[in-house]
Amino acid sequence: MKQRARDQGGPGTLTDDLEPPDITPGSVSDVPLAELAARYKLRPSAARPGVFAYAGQLWDRRHFIMGFATARNVAMYTEARLGQLWQVLTPLLNAAVYYLIFGKILQTSRGVPNFTAFLITGIFVWNFTQRSFITASRVMPDSLPLIRALPFPRACLPIGYVLIELQQLAMSMIILIAIVLGTGEPLTWYWLLAIPALALQGVFNAGMALFLARLGAGADDFGQLMPFLVRTWMYASGVMYSISTISSLKHYPVIRYLLEINPAAVFITLVRNAILRSQRLAAPGSQPFDQGRCNLYTNHLSDPHYLFYSAYCHAQVSTSQFWLYGAGWAVLAMVAGFVFFWQAETRYGRG
Amino acid sequence: MAVAEVGNPTVVVDDLHVVYRVYGAGGDKGTAATALMRVLKRQRRPSVREVHAIRGVSFVVNHGDAIGIIGRNGSGKSTLLQAIAGLLPPEEGCVYTSGQAALLGVNAALLDDLTGERNVVLGCLAMGMTPQQVKDRFQSIVDFSGVGNFIDYPMRTYSTGMAQRLRFSIASAKSHEILMIDEALATGDANFRAKSHDRIMELRGEAGTVFLVAHNLAEIEASCNRVIWLEKGKIMMQGTDVPAIVDEYLKATGGDPRKRDNPPQQEPTAD
Repeated sequence: MKQRARDQGGPGTLTDDLEPPDITPGSVSDVPLAELAARYKLRPSAARPGVFAYAGQLWDRRHFIMGFATARNVAMYTEARLGQLWQVLTPLLNAAVYYLIFGKILQTSRGVPNFTAFLITGIFVWNFTQRSFITASRVMPDSLPLIRALPFPRACLPIGYVLIELQQLAMSMIILIAIVLGTGEPLTWYWLLAIPALALQGVFNAGMALFLARLGAGADDFGQLMPFLVRTWMYASGVMYSISTISSLKHYPVIRYLLEINPAAVFITLVRNAILRSQRLAAPGSQPFDQGRCNLYTNHLSDPHYLFYSAYCHAQVSTSQFWLYGAGWAVLAMVAGFVFFWQAETRYGRG
Repeated sequence: MAVAEVGNPTVVVDDLHVVYRVYGAGGDKGTAATALMRVLKRQRRPSVREVHAIRGVSFVVNHGDAIGIIGRNGSGKSTLLQAIAGLLPPEEGCVYTSGQAALLGVNAALLDDLTGERNVVLGCLAMGMTPQQVKDRFQSIVDFSGVGNFIDYPMRTYSTGMAQRLRFSIASAKSHEILMIDEALATGDANFRAKSHDRIMELRGEAGTVFLVAHNLAEIEASCNRVIWLEKGKIMMQGTDVPAIVDEYLKATGGDPRKRDNPPQQEPTAD
């Protein structure tokens, strides 16, 4: 260490004329300091608590997490003249663009009943995950002043950011409901299933946010890459098209299966099946299997007469399996993300 | 002078070395081409420099102490506090504390785009207070900070002094076992300094240990019962005879000796 110190150069180089006295009276005792610390039950300041103790600390700060999310949400649009309206305008504008490009120009609406409601639901649900991911990957660098000012479990921050997005989602759900009812979908008891579906998605997002927050706390390269990764994921998740109508996937059932059980697709499908009657009626497997009718559907995607014949096709993933996958993704992301974030707890805020 | 074992130690710093890395310290043309060559040649970023900021510091701080830390700019004062707070990892050695140390730094902005009121509430909640406790103490925190009507304005509209006063009020609203103040009172006005001096004394009394980094030596002498003089990452002097060490420090840095109205521990001189 001494050798290294001399070789170092730069600020703080040791110079010989400033060699301090070896022993300063009054502070250094004759017992080794580590022993002294142990005797008075002092703990290393950079030690992190156990994973369960950490979860407990986090629970103790629940009011902080809520307050942080609400305050951030209020402050988010203070500089914009339209203010909180942007919470609603942004997804609406997105939906309009996607409707034009995918629904009208690229014709991905083929084979999908009530495509407007299908698309808007997909985008609003996807937006929750997308925004959670992108903000979470930046949360640690962005909150450096707060981290350096006050001691608190750092996991409050990514979780708080996901709560912000959840509050925004609640706002956009009101718009979504209005649009969906406007397209002629009936209000049924099935709608209540959207609540557990979005709750599972929230847990998944929070777990992934913890994961991404740690990755984003290190090198800035990750923050640069994140929007690209998220966009790629969106195109693979059936946000603006139905995975089951992709004809090029007909001979690759494994790939189609993997696309259908990817977490984003699972949560989007669960919400669509909850609030769109047309999706429930058209869901593969909702009618007894009939190869002939299924073929009619896949060969005449543009023909509105056979639009609901997809129900006679074989379901690759059944409705109850979607729920199992949703719960599985949520638990997996939360446990893995939490442990991963906790492992670096003492390293956040060093910059 | 007190011997360490007599008191009740709250902070033990054992042969602490801190090395931190500085990014973007120059030495690169900063173009995409040079970055690519660096990656291909598997070189480290030349812009990363290591700074050996603390070089083997050891001391023991007891319950009820207020420690002043003095030294020139860049002598490692703030780094030492960050290491005690657990924000910077020791390269060698260890810091032991009896609890979480709260560091109140000069750059410790809270949430700039939120109002002072929100900052008070969030700061208190982050420190682990319950919503009821925050409600009970809210008014006294605002009164203490003296920001008045500005409490309803976003904190980015505050002057430096106002923001520091509010931060100090928030951080000192809870009695921390270890409170570290890094130049946080420098821009307060005279009235606020007197108030914060009283508050530091109170915190000391409430079982706390207080660290104070300040260039204002009068403040150190008034508030602290011990002083540590850091020079280039090492302890030059430390002890409980605060005025004597301050005078030594002033002599070494070429400043004028401090004039004291009421010099403590000094024999009356016959004129």
